[in-house]
Amino acid sequence: MTLNQDFVKKVVAFIDIVAKVLPDDVVKRLEELRQNEKTEIAKEIYSCMFDNIEKAKELNRPICQDTGVIQFYLKVGTKFPLIDELEPLLKESVLIATNSVPLRHNAVETFKEKNTNNNVGLHVPYIEYDLIPNSDKLELTVYMAGGGCSLPGRATVLMPSAGYHGAVDFVANTMVDWGINACPPLVIGVGFGTCVASSAKLAKKASLRAVGSSNPDPQVAQLEKDLAKTLDNIGIGPQGLSGSSSVMCVNIENMARHPSAFGVGVSFGCWAHRRGTIVFDKDLNTEILTHKGYEI
Amino acid sequence: MKKILKTPIKTEDIENLKIGDIVYLTGLLVTCRDTGHKRRVLSGVVPKTDLKGGAVFHAGPIVKKLDNGKWEMVSIGPTTSMRMEKFEKEFMEVTGAKLVIGKGGMGEKTTKAAKEDKFVHAVFPGGNAVVAATQVEEILDVEWGDLGMPEAFWVMRVKEFGPLIISIDTKGNNLFENNKKEFNKKKIEELEKLYPKLEFMKY
Repeated sequence: MTLNQDFVKKVVAFIDIVAKVLPDDVVKRLEELRQNEKTEIAKEIYSCMFDNIEKAKELNRPICQDTGVIQFYLKVGTKFPLIDELEPLLKESVLIATNSVPLRHNAVETFKEKNTNNNVGLHVPYIEYDLIPNSDKLELTVYMAGGGCSLPGRATVLMPSAGYHGAVDFVANTMVDWGINACPPLVIGVGFGTCVASSAKLAKKASLRAVGSSNPDPQVAQLEKDLAKTLDNIGIGPQGLSGSSSVMCVNIENMARHPSAFGVGVSFGCWAHRRGTIVFDKDLNTEILTHKGYEI
Repeated sequence: MKKILKTPIKTEDIENLKIGDIVYLTGLLVTCRDTGHKRRVLSGVVPKTDLKGGAVFHAGPIVKKLDNGKWEMVSIGPTTSMRMEKFEKEFMEVTGAKLVIGKGGMGEKTTKAAKEDKFVHAVFPGGNAVVAATQVEEILDVEWGDLGMPEAFWVMRVKEFGPLIISIDTKGNNLFENNKKEFNKKKIEELEKLYPKLEFMKY
């Protein structure tokens, strides 16, 4: 088997795991949130969710019928042997996984408004690269962006006078107005930047950070906790049917901003937050970081 | 004890249900989404499956055709009910169905119709597609296959399908509308408590 074939085979196998098994951090937080719920409705919904998590494993089926648009976030070493071929190899992997998992057909070409029926289209699967100098490894994060939780994502640029108050208003309003149908408890990624694009990109990056992780800056880490508490106390509960909590976490990513602009973005993940990270070394030996006990 | 609704559902089976009640469904369930609602209401094309006293699911499933010609339900989950708001009143009126199942709430028009025509809307918790699929005992028929797999009219026999949380009852109550008011009130209170912790700006 060539290195290329080996890579495709392993990516397909990993997409299969991500579609059918939630990452450890998400399951752990859902278990904690389940314990805090007091009403019959909330308890019943959590029972259903955990039953679903188990049945998906047992019957080898995707957790949710919406297997999303496949998005890849790469931290790729500049010396990783397949660096020049990653895009065609990842596309090929998605084509194969569409039939083998199976994945729902979720790529509609814009303007032609036609479903490609294979999950591959213009810039889909979506690929974002971070280059790691002098490394020969690849850290690959796979995310299945479902329609329900993609829908409420928003970014805006505020006047600096609106500042942090305006930013938390923006996040809370977006969650209450649009997040309820995104299958809570939600992963909430918030980005502080300058323009819409940088803020949205950071928000997405934040939503892909592990549940329970903290921003390295203590001030930002504190705001993550405070904002999570604020949103939890709104009491959206599982499926927006009210309960003790609203979110699995609030993760914030930030950058320096222009003095005259205050950008903020918010990106949502549903309770079935299908995210997985796998590391390839130069010989394509793998280590899965998000799903303990799983190997490919 | 589980409260189980059986099709055909009669008005007296549902008129005492309140928003927030949890029920399960045993019997016939059909899927119908955007295009199906439009076809039934606007074109007047009548499916051969009688929906009187029946249950309708806002869902587009993944189904697999087996070697023996039968269909297997692989995955089925609710889609956002609000998309059907425009046609639900008329759809329920012409079909005589008594239970609508979906995700999230529905609007004022459907709430009013539920009170006048005596039907209920219930939520199946989203993202639980494997649980829902395993509660489908058999796919009995498919009509309107020309609309494609998600939009076709799938006729299923289900057993204790749920949990179904009543979100619109026959008394004019709407759980999501009530919750929304409450969430907005709490949002303002909670943000007020957060603001003093946000003094990062130097001046």
